[in-house]
Amino acid sequence: MNTLFDKIWDAHVVQKLDGGPQQLYIDRLYCHEVTSPQAFDGLRQRGIRCLRPEKIFCMPDHNTPTHNQDKPIQDPVSKKQVDTLSANAAEFGLTHYGMTDPRNGIIHVVGPERGLSLPGMTIVCGDSHTSTHGAVGAIAFGIGTSEVEMVMASQCILQQKPKSMRINVEGKLGKGVTAKDIALFLMKEMTTSGATGFFVEYAGEAVRSLSMEGRLTLCNLSIEMGARGGFIAPDEITFEYLKGREFAPKGADWDQAVAFWRTLRSDEDAVFDREITIRAADITPMITYGTNPGMGMAIDASIPAEATPKALDYMGFQAGEKLLGKPVDYVFLGACTNGRAEDFRAFASVVKGRRKADNVIAWLVPGSWEVLRQVKEEGLDQVLEAAGFEIRQPGCSACLAMNEDKIPAGKYCVSTSNRNFEGRQGPGARTILSSPLTAAAAAVCGVITDPRTLL
Amino acid sequence: MKQKFNIIESSCVPLPIENVDTDQIIPARFLKATTREESFFGENLFRDWRYRPDGQPDPDFVLNDPRYAGARVLVAGKNFGSGSSREHAAWAIAGYGFMAVISSFFADIHKNNELNNFVLPVVVSEGFLERLFASIAANPAARVRIDVPAQTVTNLSTGESESFEINAYKKYCLMNALDDIDYLLEQKDKIEAYERKAL
Ligand code: SF4
Repeated sequence: MNTLFDKIWDAHVVQKLDGGPQQLYIDRLYCHEVTSPQAFDGLRQRGIRCLRPEKIFCMPDHNTPTHNQDKPIQDPVSKKQVDTLSANAAEFGLTHYGMTDPRNGIIHVVGPERGLSLPGMTIVCGDSHTSTHGAVGAIAFGIGTSEVEMVMASQCILQQKPKSMRINVEGKLGKGVTAKDIALFLMKEMTTSGATGFFVEYAGEAVRSLSMEGRLTLCNLSIEMGARGGFIAPDEITFEYLKGREFAPKGADWDQAVAFWRTLRSDEDAVFDREITIRAADITPMITYGTNPGMGMAIDASIPAEATPKALDYMGFQAGEKLLGKPVDYVFLGACTNGRAEDFRAFASVVKGRRKADNVIAWLVPGSWEVLRQVKEEGLDQVLEAAGFEIRQPGCSACLAMNEDKIPAGKYCVSTSNRNFEGRQGPGARTILSSPLTAAAAAVCGVITDPRTLL
Repeated sequence: MKQKFNIIESSCVPLPIENVDTDQIIPARFLKATTREESFFGENLFRDWRYRPDGQPDPDFVLNDPRYAGARVLVAGKNFGSGSSREHAAWAIAGYGFMAVISSFFADIHKNNELNNFVLPVVVSEGFLERLFASIAANPAARVRIDVPAQTVTNLSTGESESFEINAYKKYCLMNALDDIDYLLEQKDKIEAYERKAL
């Protein structure tokens, strides 16, 4: 009668506090350079060390430039954060993948890719998109910096147990409809606070049929509906993906682990606090018109009459108009949402045999060095370069514009990232969220285009 | 700031906007700090609303309105603190000097971040919030009283009172100026016992 969420959570409870939170044991803590320095400072002030340093992995990603990573970072503030992380990791004896290390990349791309994130685990990071790791069948959620310090100090966190929700996506996805479109569709239906207080299990045929990479994209966006996190029960696709990865169990340990992982599913009669079912057939390629990820619509729809005027004002759009055919200035492929090899493959499938539109500046940023290696191994770099695109070095890049990759004020960027808040991609930047296919269609046509017309 | 909470009585800063996200509370470019100087974050609370592009305070923004100076309570529209999990948002609110935020709904992570930084998120009904905004509009010096031990919040202009939720553990921490880490550091035996059993 238990949900998978209950099973994993309850197995990690050290104790329940009176009338309050539960003390939860954490299997992995990931740290990036932005939300960790104050936690390390806190440890120093208290005069304590990390309780379990071997369970903590650090890497810079938010500030890393996407060119010339072998040279010193130009921006002194960015450089200071990146250097501080490296010094802190050394001081506290933690694993650290520096900027040019072949294992470096966006933390949420690297964790699953190295087999650090495994089914049944509890995983936290001072970053809301930690929900990404739920795709392997783990309970993964973002925490604040005080909580990062808490986990460093005690390998535990105090948390209220969230409520559980299951979202079933039944049936098959149509042509040109991706995991990103499922997520944008859900956010439109649920709004950006519709899942607040819940942990979401994604299920149903359309979810099961997603590749591991698609699942990572879907779970990544859970937080944009307000959910604490989202996850997918592990299955053969999960095991196939994890097998042989650096930190995945090996040999007999692997067999034993898989046998256990197969038990990680919600019971047939499990009851969720909330359950929602949607039809995959209702989902089309999606696009956003406003300034939060819930302000989305089918790519060929018109902006709804009830759209918030403030958001439309910022975006320079009007209620009732279509976005199809609108000129685009920038295209960004990347982020922990869509910066994996499958996303590059999707993008390349559209641009192959076409050329980048002259009016578009395109930033193609792999999520990690490993993604870049894979892109090259598959020859995707050649397809992209032949079409006039250039691939940059890995990092968060224009997802939040903490490095120099900023979209200028007033410019339109079709972006595969996860947030279109005012100023997110640079002061005054206008972000239109989409899947890699839709981004590629915009990049070759120079205007917003339904990718299904190019497939 | 670690401080003992008991009864907070204060005038309010009204921010009747819904879905204020953490990017507005503290824009991403301020995440580059590597220490936790609260005053720095406090000075940049609502930076892009509070200052014009030329760096001058925008007189139209409520934090620059002298009628609300010194208020320790922020009253905000529904779904406060959505978006990025950055704790810097809570540091900025604490650093500015707010001890409590009243709203009808808070985003999860942000709510926790506030509690961990000795800012009390007070969830009230939409009606209470609406009437509180009305009281402040009628009289910028309107006061509220937040009684932490009794878990009640009172609009002193109208006398309307509501109780609010806070878990017993967090209430204990706030009232005794203890944080979670102080507590967890005392639990080492239990943690090791768990590891022996589960790992
Ligand atoms: S890619 Fe964007 S959303 Fe992902 S971790 Fe980096 S900044 Fe955050």
